[in-house]
Amino acid sequence: MSALIFALKKDLAQKLDVSPLSPDLLANKSLADIGATLLWYGKQQIRADEVFTISGNDTNQLVFDKSTVKIDYIGSGLKMGHITVNGDTGGFLGFQMRQGSIIVNGSVADFAACGMAGGLLQINGNVGDYLGAALVGERAGMKGGTVIVKGNAGERTGDQMRRGMILIDGNVGNYCASRMLAGTIGVLGSVGEYVGYGMRRGTLLLTKTPKLHATIQDCGTHTLPFLSLMFKSFSGLPSKFAEINSNRAHRFSGDIGNDGKGEILVLK
Amino acid sequence: MIINGVQIDDTFAEAFNMRGTRVIITAQNHKWAYNAANAMTGFATSVIGCGVEAGIERELSQEETPDGRPGVAILMFAMGSSVLMKQLENRMGQTILTCPTAAAFSGIEGNERINLGKNLRFFGDGFQTSKQFGGKRYWRVPVMDGEFITEETTGMVRAVGGGNFLVLATSQPQALAACEAAIEAMKKIPNVIMPFPGGVVRSGSKVGSKYKSMFASTNDAFCPTLKGLTKTQLSDDIESVMEIVIDGLTDADIRKATYVGIKAACALGAENGIKRISAGNYGGKLGQFQFHLRDIMNDKSLSGESA
Repeated sequence: MSALIFALKKDLAQKLDVSPLSPDLLANKSLADIGATLLWYGKQQIRADEVFTISGNDTNQLVFDKSTVKIDYIGSGLKMGHITVNGDTGGFLGFQMRQGSIIVNGSVADFAACGMAGGLLQINGNVGDYLGAALVGERAGMKGGTVIVKGNAGERTGDQMRRGMILIDGNVGNYCASRMLAGTIGVLGSVGEYVGYGMRRGTLLLTKTPKLHATIQDCGTHTLPFLSLMFKSFSGLPSKFAEINSNRAHRFSGDIGNDGKGEILVLK
Repeated sequence: MIINGVQIDDTFAEAFNMRGTRVIITAQNHKWAYNAANAMTGFATSVIGCGVEAGIERELSQEETPDGRPGVAILMFAMGSSVLMKQLENRMGQTILTCPTAAAFSGIEGNERINLGKNLRFFGDGFQTSKQFGGKRYWRVPVMDGEFITEETTGMVRAVGGGNFLVLATSQPQALAACEAAIEAMKKIPNVIMPFPGGVVRSGSKVGSKYKSMFASTNDAFCPTLKGLTKTQLSDDIESVMEIVIDGLTDADIRKATYVGIKAACALGAENGIKRISAGNYGGKLGQFQFHLRDIMNDKSLSGESA
């Protein structure tokens, strides 16, 4: 069995929605049937084999080669299997994925891990705004699973995040952890302004003290035993966070404008 | 059957179905882990008066605990799930929540989950927070020494309680010495506890009493001072009898502990006053398990593993 490869064979003028190309939907289909899968391309539908050269037979291991930012919804609703993306991808990567794993060897546009409920999403490049956030109109964002970003992330990372973990090796834009409901976000680099704006619960792990607005309160420096549990759970993850083992942190709590039970922990 | 001059009676211990759980207690160091564990397993010798039977199973190194701190594993057994749940929560609240630096974690998997810190979180008065790592939920409750950490639930399994054997000796110090030797050996066996003080019980009981309010009373047949008064089980040379009660996660664990304990007691031999090994039962009518002493002592698989 070799991985089922979708190699992009033409420049895309419109956005291409590849949500039908997921392991559970392709299982037990022949290569011809897979090629006949209809995909939304702009406002029309086209066959998968019109845009991709398709080879391989293992529907549990998908590869998107020569991917570009025009391809949306890779790994949408993923329930099983593994997807590798070589190149950049568009929006809604791993949209509402539940299990399995996605690795992107490139950068990703906005709304990655939107509504994600489980599994592992690893982005080896940068990622746009609203990582792990809620779909517009939804009341809660990501509710499970693990997201690892090797590069930087945009604004509103973890907006309304409900559960799960986002670990970012690089920097994050403004409004990091805004309106966060629960879960864990770790940022090794710097964060922009208004960090934790409207944060209700949840944990934001940082390594440098950011500029904090007035409704985030200083609770002092503490040795927190739960951090040992947390870092133990990080071990084995392909993230620089796996190398950290400190349970001493400066604790800020907020946003007291919104219940104030969230915490920003600056590791010492 | 005679081992080192000690007679092994042709009888059996009668044991019961129980519900059991294991909790891992960690703290800043072993001293405080033991302080917490000793309090949690205190007054837990017999289900009759204490609700649960509990004891320290073994010490855990830093590498063996969830939070990388020194700890101990405790086992707790009860006759039913509801009693076990109630006792566990009560004891957690009064002994682990209160003990400086102590934390509690699930020590056993199992489809049936019972509350460990699930309701203790409300002590946090709204300041408590939960975290999920590796599919397990933990609670962080702010307390005066920092934060109290506890896993939300622990596993509950079907277990066996009431395995036992009796050591019959020519004097009280000799009976106790044999029991101490047995307990030291049995402590090395995983999945079992000996819930009585120091692992040994001197007040073995029989069912019933002349008093209406009593369900059980002293086992007069094994009381050395009553030899001339009752239908005694003791010969002239027996002056003291002590019992070791064993609770375990499976009947195989109890068989193993029984074997190791009797072997250690018999190692002192007849020359040290150890005369007989017997066991307590109710005629085989009440318990779901029977541990026949001679069968256990002849079991080659047990001797192989303990070597």
